[in-house]
Formats: sequence, C-alpha cells, structure tokens
Amino acid sequence: MSRPLRLSLGGAIDRKKPVNFQFNGRQLCGYKGDTLASALLANGIHLVSRSFKYHRPRGIFASGTEEPNALVQLEVGPRTLASHQATKIKLYEGLKAFSANCWPSPAFDLLGILGFFHRILPAGFYYKTFMWPRWGWKIYEYLIRHIAGLGYCPRQPDPDRYDHMNAHTDILIIGSGPSGLAAAIEASHSSARIIIVDENSKFGGRLLSDNSKINNKSGPDWAAQQESILASNPNVKMLRNTTAFGYYDHNLIGMIENLTGPITGVKDKKRQRLWKIRAKQVVLAQGAFERPLVFSDNDRPGVMLAGAIRTFLNKYAVIPGRRVALFVNNDDAYRTALDLNAHGVEVVVVIDLRKEATGVLPNRTISEGIEVVEDAAITGVIGKSHVKKIEVMMLSEDGKSVQGEKRFFDCDLIGISGGWNPAVHLHSHTNGKTVWRKDDGVFIPGKTLQNIISIGACSGNFSLQSCLKDGWTAGKKVVKLTGFSSKKTNSPKDTENIPEQPWRNIWIIPSNAPAGQNDKHFVDQQHDVTAADIQLAAREGYQSVEHTKRYTTLGMATDQGKTSNIPGHAILAEILGKEVSAIGTTTFRPPYTPVTIGALAGPYTGLLFAPIRRSPMHYWHESNGAIWEDVGEWKRPWYYPKRNESMRDAVARECLATRNSVGILDASTLGKIDIQGPDSAEFLNRIYTNNWENLEIGCCRYGIMLREDGMVMDDGVTSRLGKNHYLMTTTTGNAASVLAWLEEWSQTEWPTLKVYFTSVTEQYATITLSGPNARLLLEEFTNDIDLGGGAFPAMQYREGTVGGFRARVFRISFTGECAFEINVQASGGANLWANFVNAGEKYGITPYGTETMHVLRAEKGYIIVGQETDGTVTPYDLGMNWIISKNKDFIGRRSLNRPDTARDDRKQLVGLLPNDKTEILPEGGQIVSQLQATYPIPMIGHVTSSYHSPILGRSFALALIKGGKKRLGQTVHVPLVERTITCQVTSHLFYDKEGHRLNG
Amino acid sequence: MLVIECPWCGPRSEEEFTNGGEAHIKRPSKPSALSDEEWADYVFMRKNTKGIFLERWSHSSGCRRWFNAARNTITNEIAAIYHINEKPPKEIS
Repeated sequence: MSRPLRLSLGGAIDRKKPVNFQFNGRQLCGYKGDTLASALLANGIHLVSRSFKYHRPRGIFASGTEEPNALVQLEVGPRTLASHQATKIKLYEGLKAFSANCWPSPAFDLLGILGFFHRILPAGFYYKTFMWPRWGWKIYEYLIRHIAGLGYCPRQPDPDRYDHMNAHTDILIIGSGPSGLAAAIEASHSSARIIIVDENSKFGGRLLSDNSKINNKSGPDWAAQQESILASNPNVKMLRNTTAFGYYDHNLIGMIENLTGPITGVKDKKRQRLWKIRAKQVVLAQGAFERPLVFSDNDRPGVMLAGAIRTFLNKYAVIPGRRVALFVNNDDAYRTALDLNAHGVEVVVVIDLRKEATGVLPNRTISEGIEVVEDAAITGVIGKSHVKKIEVMMLSEDGKSVQGEKRFFDCDLIGISGGWNPAVHLHSHTNGKTVWRKDDGVFIPGKTLQNIISIGACSGNFSLQSCLKDGWTAGKKVVKLTGFSSKKTNSPKDTENIPEQPWRNIWIIPSNAPAGQNDKHFVDQQHDVTAADIQLAAREGYQSVEHTKRYTTLGMATDQGKTSNIPGHAILAEILGKEVSAIGTTTFRPPYTPVTIGALAGPYTGLLFAPIRRSPMHYWHESNGAIWEDVGEWKRPWYYPKRNESMRDAVARECLATRNSVGILDASTLGKIDIQGPDSAEFLNRIYTNNWENLEIGCCRYGIMLREDGMVMDDGVTSRLGKNHYLMTTTTGNAASVLAWLEEWSQTEWPTLKVYFTSVTEQYATITLSGPNARLLLEEFTNDIDLGGGAFPAMQYREGTVGGFRARVFRISFTGECAFEINVQASGGANLWANFVNAGEKYGITPYGTETMHVLRAEKGYIIVGQETDGTVTPYDLGMNWIISKNKDFIGRRSLNRPDTARDDRKQLVGLLPNDKTEILPEGGQIVSQLQATYPIPMIGHVTSSYHSPILGRSFALALIKGGKKRLGQTVHVPLVERTITCQVTSHLFYDKEGHRLNG
Repeated sequence: MLVIECPWCGPRSEEEFTNGGEAHIKRPSKPSALSDEEWADYVFMRKNTKGIFLERWSHSSGCRRWFNAARNTITNEIAAIYHINEKPPKEIS
C-alpha cells in the first residue's frame, strides 16, 4: 500500500473530525477544515468535470476563487447550486456534489467526441459554422443550448432566508493576508472604526499557504495572533467568509457574507447577508493570482498552479501528487519544490523558461538534489484523463521555438507558474486605471478618484517583506486621512527577505508544431479559448482587446478570466506587434465573484416584496368575496362575484344595479391632495388647462393637467373648500407623482407663490353612492345637508354629518348617474360602509368594483388616464377642446400650438361599435381602414377600452384613430389571428348623451 | 450609489433622492412670444455634459425639498450643493 495522500501533521484541518460526503454518488471522507477540492485530492480524485466546449477532462487547477475548471453542481432539489468551484466549497457532513458538464460521468463523457470536431468549432463558431442553411439556426441553437452550459438552476423556490445590512466605517480593509493584517493592526492603534473582511473563514491569506516566518513565528501562528489582537478591539469588526464583490461610487462596497451553506459548511439559519458598506478610506489588500503558462495540452488533470500545490500541502495537508514536475518562469515557484521535498514528495524536475536560474531559491533547490533544466519548456503532456509524462525540449535563442533532443519525465502532477497578477478587480470597478509594469509584465493599480490605497500583492509588491511594510505604512496613512491619530506605532516586522531574480515571460510556450495544430494551448480553460483562437481572431482583423474578448469569449466565463486575461491580452499584443499597454486591458466590472439573486433580493420576497395598501373598508370587501385588482400598491375590489357567478355576469349585475337603483363603490384610493395658501387659485390656474379664478367656495371642477410637451398627464376633480383652501383628487396610480409635480413647480419655478400641499389620501375613507336611488338612501343618513337637486346640484360640495360622522360630501359622478362621494375620517369608513349596505338592502344596493366602474364610465365616454392616454395624447386628441382656456398660460399650453401637436391627422378619441354585438374587441387591438391581401396593412389606431355594456345590450369600445373625428360613421376593421372584427366609428358618448341622469 | 448632502438633512444615500435633470432652465415668462424652435429648445433640449454638470435633485424620500448640485459626470464627484434658486458658486461656473 502506498503512502496516504494526507500528511499526518500540520495544516488547518481537524483530523479528529472526519466529514462524510458524496461525489458523483461515491461515498468519501475528508476532515473539518477541508474544501471539497482538498478532500477530493486527499481521496486521489483529480478529474472533476468536463470542459465547456470540447468536453475535455478537467481537474483541480487552483486552490481558490480563481479556479476555472473544478466546477460542480452542488446538492439537489431547491438548494442546488450550479457552477460552484470545488476550491471554494467548505466540506460539511452529507455534502453531495456532482461533476458539471458531463454525461454519464467525467471519466467517460459521451460528448467528449466534440473534441474531435474542434475544426468546426473555432473562435466565433456561432457566426460561422452554424450559418447555413439559414433556417437551420433554430435547430442548432436548441442543440447547442442543451450541450453547452455548466449546470442547471433549481426548479423550486429558494427555501433559504437572506439578509441585508448597511454599515458605515472609517476604514475598510479588504483582504487579511500579511498586508491587510498589518494595516489593520497598525490602524487599530487609533480610535477609528475599522472593518476588515476576508473571503475565507480564517484570516491570514497567503500566510496560511506558504511556509514563511514572521518574528520567528510561522505564518499561520502570526496571523492567528494578529487575528486575536484585532478581535479584542471593540473598534474592529471582522467579517469572515465575506467577499467584496463590487466597488461603487463614493466608496460604497457591496459584500456577500456567507453565513451558512457551502462556503461556510454551516447548515440552517440564514444563508447569506448582503452588506452595503460606506467607508471613508478603503485599503485594498486582495493579493494576487498566479499566472498560468500557455503550453501544449496545459489543461490536463494534474496540471496545477504551483502556489495552489503549496496551499493544498501546507493549509490542507494534502499531497496532490507523488511525482511532481514544475514548469516555471520565476524564483517564487521554487518554494513549491522546496516544500514538497521537505515533506518527502518526489520532485522529478524543475523546467525553467529562463536562460539561467541562479537565484537563492533555485540554488537551494539544486542543493537539495533536485534537477533544474534551464532555458527549456514542456512541449507535450502525455495522459488524457491524468498527467502521466511530460515531453521537454530546449528553447531557441529567442524563445519562440524549441530545438534539440526531446526528454521525457514521468510525473503525475505538473506545477506551473508564470508569475503573479495583482488582483486589481475592485480598483478597476471604480474606473481606476491600471498601469502596465513592463519589467515583469503585470498590470498594477494606477489612478483612481475613490479613497483607495492598494497595498501588498494587489499593488504589485509580491514579497512578504514589502507586503508587511505596505501594510504598516497604509495603516498609519488611513488613520491620518480619516482624521484620527495613532496612539503608538510599530515598526515593520522581522521577516526573511530573499532576493528574487526577474521572471521571463513567454506568452505562448512553443511546441513542435504551431499552436493548435496537433494539440491545444489553453488560455481560458473555463470557456475553452486557446492561443490558436486568439491568433485566428487577430488574423481576422480583431485589434482591440474588448472586441477580441467578445469574439473568442476570452475571460467571459464565471471566473471572469482571473487566470486567463493577462496571458490572452499579451498573446494578442504579441501577434499585433504592440505593447500590452497599447492594446489595453478589459474593464473589470462587478461582481468580482458570482452573487446569488437570493442575496440581492434579501428579505424582500413574498409578502415583503412590495408594500400592500389597503383601504379602510378592505376587510368588508374581503369577507364579501371581492376579487382584487392591483392598482399601484393598492388592493381594489375588481368585482364581487356571487356564488358560481362568472366575471361577466357579476359585472353585468353590478352595472345594471347601479344604473337602475344604487351601487356603492370604495373610492378611498383616489389621490387626495390638500392645497392651501393665498396663491392656491393662481397656482391651479398654471397647473390645469382650465380657469380656476372663478370657482366659488363649495363648488367642484374637473381639471386636466398637461406636461410641458402638451400631453395629458393626469385628471381629477378639485373642490374649493374655503377662501384659500382646495382639495384636489388624482387618479389612484398617479397620486404620488402628481404631488411631486406640484411640489416641483412650486419650489423650483414659482417659489414666490404662497401655496402648500399635503397628501391626505389615507386620512379619508371615500364611499361613492351612485344611481337613481343614491339620494334617497343618503337622506336617511343626514339631517344637516339638503340633498335636493336644487339645493345641492352636481359638481358641488357640502360639509355636514353623515351616519354620525363629520363628512365632506361631493356630487361628483364617474358613472353618469346621480352620485355622492362621501368622505369621512378613515377610521369611520368601515362602519359607515356597512351601515349603507344594510340600509340600502331595500333598494338592492350593490357593491361594485373597478371593472363595473370602468364599464359605466366608458358608456359615458369618460377617459381613464393611462388607458385612453399613453403620454402621446393631447386634450384636443380626446375631444376636450372645452377644457382649454384661451385667455391664460398654463403648463403645456404653448406646446399645443406646435405643428406636430396641432396636426389634424393625429390619433383622436372615438367610439367603436362592432357590427356583431357579441364581439368584444381586444384592448390594444390594431385598427385598419381597409382589408387587403398583401401585408403590411397600414395601421390607423388602436382600441383603448372595450367592454360589454349591459344597459346597451351590446359590446362597445373606445379607440384612438388617426383623424378619427373625420371618420365618424366609417367602417374599420380589427384583424386578429383567427378572425377580423368589423366596426363602425361613432362618437365616444354611448349613454345619456344629454346628462339628464347625472344632473337629476 | 452616491452620497448626496441634502442642504436640509445632511449627507444621505442616493436611494432617497430623485434626479431632476439639468438645472437653471428657466421657464419662459411669455411662452406665446416664442418661436416653435425656441419653445422646443426649452421643452426638449438638454445638455449632456462630460464633466461638471449642474443638475437638480429632490430629496423625495426625505424632506421633499429641491436643490441644485454640481456633479462631475465622469467621476460622480459632487463639487457643490446649493439652493434651488441660487446661482452656482463662482468656483464652479
């Protein structure tokens, strides 16, 4: 039996706590503290998934957020998560994970056959291969969508809960590696409020992965010590398992804290918390991502970043391979060789791209007896589903080709390192520029206007000593910048400083044949973008990084190109013969890592999704079987069906009862704005199209308000309650916007007018009694208001007592019947309503909803703003010339004379009567004047409202038709999919044209 | 998400405000005296400034007062906040 893959000592795992989990149905065991990736490696499993396009076998490539390959479908049922990185999932008891993108298994995947068809799947294949025949795309798309994709969504609602939290802080430190910790410790000597976050559950960052020493303490021990110092400071808030995913304007940082679930390994309670943190100063200490090398078949399972090997070895005590070859261009990667050797793992060879490897670390490696081959490259990887052997050749003088004898080395793990890329993502979110540092070929943070200090590896200072120094300096600086002072300061800590030799960047590692001919040099492993794809794009004329990215999909996968962007851009630059800085880099945008929709929605789902507004009579409606219509945030009764009654029957019954006796409507939701001040009349004059100077106290007037472009914005009745006191009503949906409109004009344009607005919508319950018996019923409820037609005519208002409540009674009718709108204090509404219903029984009083209200008003040709109007309709279009005052200015007046607004072929409001009285036109139906055999038929308008009228015994509609006023009496058609409805154009007044009923 | 310093309520999050577009567009005192072009210019035409832009904001979920702001449209820095009927501060214009 060979040696176990788990070290017996060391690492941040708890060997006393085994954790059982399943991978592709196989029962496996890891330890508390493991990630799914480290536990799989400890079980000897490298092959995790298949790739996106070619379905090539893929293994674990990295150890953290940058992982492009090891994607799994996590769990089943409503909690399933697609495309989750095995390197980010904390192991928990009972975890179930499945390989992404393969069937039936990652080892034997039927679609692996796609790899043989790579010639028809080049860059931009969507636009090339599948373009013929033309009709074929629908079929191809269906197939492609089923083959591609890296997982599936849950089909059931999310059972978990999510939370939102806002916070303000003086100093926010993102990242808890050596530089972030040093900055936090230094800043914590002041009284500034500090938040420090890390995406992992332990602070320390790279210190937990590397075998380093600070003040004679091991990296993890030093980090733990700093963590406990910070934890004891009440000014410091520490957020673990928290990823800063976006940096927004004015130093607002969005973060996701994982409370339970796969990132923390904790079950139950809330899943995630979305933090919105506003900071005075931000310290970015996000670290760096190791850069892969682009060589032949570099995607084989068993190819792993050199730094990730150290993480698995030192942090998780896992040996990811028994015979390891390293392929590097820098000194840092030799640490992997030294660490492996120290644990007794065989390092077969180190292949170094550099002409000579003479630094301290290479020399140590050689002195430990490990072979180092300089000026050479891996030119081939043998082993499809796992690395077995590498082929190595010497580089030519310019590094662009290989030469000499092939050498072969047996190995089961290849550690690669092309240097490190600073994680400039958050800096980039702020529109911060990045600067190309030519010496080692990295983008470092440049100018930004936000209050950011980037330190340590994410600013391009990779050595431990410079990270610590950066941290101390930044800590002092942010304390000062936020206006605090430090009580004491510490000098930079003592750590080994090993000088390193420069890197050698060769962006495409040459092999025996041109890249892409016999093998693949992968740049973006998650999207299967190869060096040959980028070369092809460049040959086809792509010059800009932004275009090449979209054409090849480089860096557009869920990992956002964390490992692939820089090599990809550098390859493009090289082909175009330009500097990398000249072709630019793509702009990173939030989110840095995928964010769940659940976290963004937070607690605002279900009943909390939007507020519900209920009228004072809501519960009467509810217990009397009302069907609801949502109007804005309001619940309004739509209709009140009796047992087994259809909507049409219910509405017909409600309509006839109102026309023939008395109906009762809850109108409390109408917007009510109390207007007071000596200049109220003048103000109304400017807002409304008609005249308000001459409105007597106790009278009401209908008004239309326009936007400055002359289009109808809202309508309603305004009553004069006193000398300087008016009550304006608005449509239910526009109450808030009309109030805002009045306030805007009064504050910005006419500040000298003394007029004040208060919304009183919710202070009053409004009950409308409508119909020939409305007066008789109301008379039973009041002694102090004379309701006689002579004493209290239509469009007037009286105050008095109704059913024991102080009431404002308006004779305003939206049905065309004699109607009274009774306003009492909101708390009295339910009581008064019930009393009306009881007392009205003898008249067959019938509660009616919005649908009946709509039918009744349409019979009278009354418009509804938002139904007959859509923001392109003037009062002239509606035939309301009578409401336009000729002798004053008002908002929108000048626009009514604009040539386009004054055209006489504009769409105008008319009535439609279908020839077939039973046909109800669909609202929104398009109207044509003539039917013809060839399409398109010119459309002349559309149906705005359409109903069956019980009182007329037929269907009818309102419509906007081009030049409609001149078309009265003409025949028009509404072509539908299965039939065409023919109608006559009529006046839009259908019932009681003289208004006898209303005024009676 | 901006932090906007309401002249009445102090610094608050952008969520509480409504943007009212370009500032200092005075409604013509005699609209009927204007040509169609002049009127259309007032109603429809707005600047699309790159750099410092004078615009109106309303603290619609707060005190409901309108005020003016000078905002840099490239960086979103707010250079000045001033009352609705005031001219922009000298250093801005």
